[in-house]
Amino acid sequence: MSEAAFLLSTTVNGEPVTVAAPHHWTLLEVLRYKLDLIGSKQGCDKGDCGACTVQLDGEPVLACLTLAAHAQGREVTTVEGLGHCHGGCHPLQDAFDRWTAAQCGFCTPGILMSAEALIRKRGRAVEHTEVAEALAGNLCRCTGYTKILDAVVDASQQMHPAPGKE
Amino acid sequence: MLRLPPFRVVSPDTVEGVVAALQQPGARLIAGGTDILPNLKHWLDRPEVLVSINRLTALRGIVRDDNAGVLRIGAGTTLTQIAEHPDVQQLFPSLAQSAGCVASPSIRNMGTIGGNLNLDTRCRYVNQTEFWRGAIGGGCIKSEGNVCHVVPKGRNCVAAMSSDNVPVLMSLQAVIVQAGPEGTRTVPLCDYYHADGTRHTHAKPGEITTEVQVPLPTSARRTHYVKWCVRKSIDFPLVSVALRFDLDKDDVSATISAAHVVAGVLGARPRQVRKLDAILGLALNDPKVAQIVSEAAFKQCKPLANVPYETAYRRRMIRVYTRRGIEAMVNAG
Repeated sequence: MSEAAFLLSTTVNGEPVTVAAPHHWTLLEVLRYKLDLIGSKQGCDKGDCGACTVQLDGEPVLACLTLAAHAQGREVTTVEGLGHCHGGCHPLQDAFDRWTAAQCGFCTPGILMSAEALIRKRGRAVEHTEVAEALAGNLCRCTGYTKILDAVVDASQQMHPAPGKE
Repeated sequence: MLRLPPFRVVSPDTVEGVVAALQQPGARLIAGGTDILPNLKHWLDRPEVLVSINRLTALRGIVRDDNAGVLRIGAGTTLTQIAEHPDVQQLFPSLAQSAGCVASPSIRNMGTIGGNLNLDTRCRYVNQTEFWRGAIGGGCIKSEGNVCHVVPKGRNCVAAMSSDNVPVLMSLQAVIVQAGPEGTRTVPLCDYYHADGTRHTHAKPGEITTEVQVPLPTSARRTHYVKWCVRKSIDFPLVSVALRFDLDKDDVSATISAAHVVAGVLGARPRQVRKLDAILGLALNDPKVAQIVSEAAFKQCKPLANVPYETAYRRRMIRVYTRRGIEAMVNAG
C-alpha cells in the first residue's frame, strides 16, 4: 500500500468494514467508489446541497466534507442501512412512497437521513416547522417541499401514535 | 465532482501532538472541515499534510467557571452543541442565535467554534473553481494572481470575514487561548483580526485555538444577532450585526450604560461601531436608540463588492437590520 492510502476501519450500516482509502478521499468517495453504496448522492460536492447527508454516530453530516479518516472507528449510517431495523423499509421510506415525496429522488437519501435523526432525537411526532428547520440544509430542486414535509410528519405520527389512537 | 488535491492526514490525540505536527512544512489544521475542504476542492491551497483535531477530545465541551468569571468553550465544540447548550442560551442568547444560524443543521453538526473563529475570508472572486478563476485572468491577490478585482489597482486583499460568531463574540468581549510551539497565550478576540484578507488573524505559524472564554455578564443586558442572507439557511451572510446593550436593571425600559455593536462581512476584520455615546443614559425601548445606532452603523460601515449584491443596497440593509435587531430585542421584553 502506498503512503497515500490508509486502512479505514469503520462500521457501515452495522457491518464492520476495513477498506484501503487514499488520505485525500472524502467519506462520500469511499462510500460510493470503494463500497458501492451509491445511495448517498454526489451533488454540489462542496456543502451546499445536502444530497450526500449520512449519519456519523447518529448525527447527520455531509459526507462530501467529511474526510474518510474522520470516520475511523465510528459508525456510519447511509440510506441503504435506514430500513435495517424495520424489516427493510423504514416508516419514512414508506411515507415518502405514499405521499409521492421522492419526486426525482436525487435529494431523497439525504433528506431521509436528516429526517430520521430529527424523529429519533425528538422521540415523538414532529411538526411541520421543526421538520423544515431540520431539513434546512437539504435542497430539493424539484422544489416540492410540501410533500416532503407532509411525509416526514406522517412518518413520525406512524412511529409515535398519539395515545388512544391506533 | 470536485477532487481534493493529494495530502496526508495525521490525527494526534494531544494538543502538544497537534502543535508538533503543525511544524511540518505545508501542514494545515482541519477541525470540522466545512471551510477548508470546499477551499481545497477549489484548489485554493495544496497542503502536504492536514493535521486533524478529530481525536482531540480534550478540546470539546462547555464549562461555566464562576471563579474565573468566564464560560469556557472548547475550540472543538460543534456549533450545534453551542447553540443548544443551556448556559449559552441563558447567559449569551446572541451567541446561541449566531451559532444556531450558521449555514445548515448538518454543517453545524460538523463545524467547530475554533474553526469558525479562524474561518478563512471570502470573496466572490476567490471562492470559485480554479477553472472559473482562470477565466477571469488567473485569480487575484488571495488566490494565484496578483490583482484585486474588487478594488481596481488595490494592493490589499479585501476579502470578507463572514463568520456569524465572530461579531457576536467580539461584542461579548471574548478572549481566545492560542497554543503554539512557544506555549499558550490569550488574545482578546477584538485584537485577533486585522484588515488583510490574505492573512486576517494574528495567529502565529503553527498555533491552534484551544479555547474561547466568554466573560460572564456582570450587569443586566440585552443581546441580539441579525444577519441578512439570500435564503434562510445555507447561505453566508451579506451583512451582519451583533448587538449588546448593558443596562442598569433587567428591563427593556432600563437605562443603557454601555453599548457594543459589531458589524460583519465588510472586510477581513469585523467593524466595531463607535460614537454611540448619544444613547448612553437613554432607555433601551426609547425609539431614538434604534435610530441613533442604525444611523451610526450606516455611516461607519461601507461594504465592498467582495460578496454578492450591490454595495449601496447592502449598506442600506445594515441600517435596516440594525434597527430591526434593536426592535426585536425591545419587543422580546
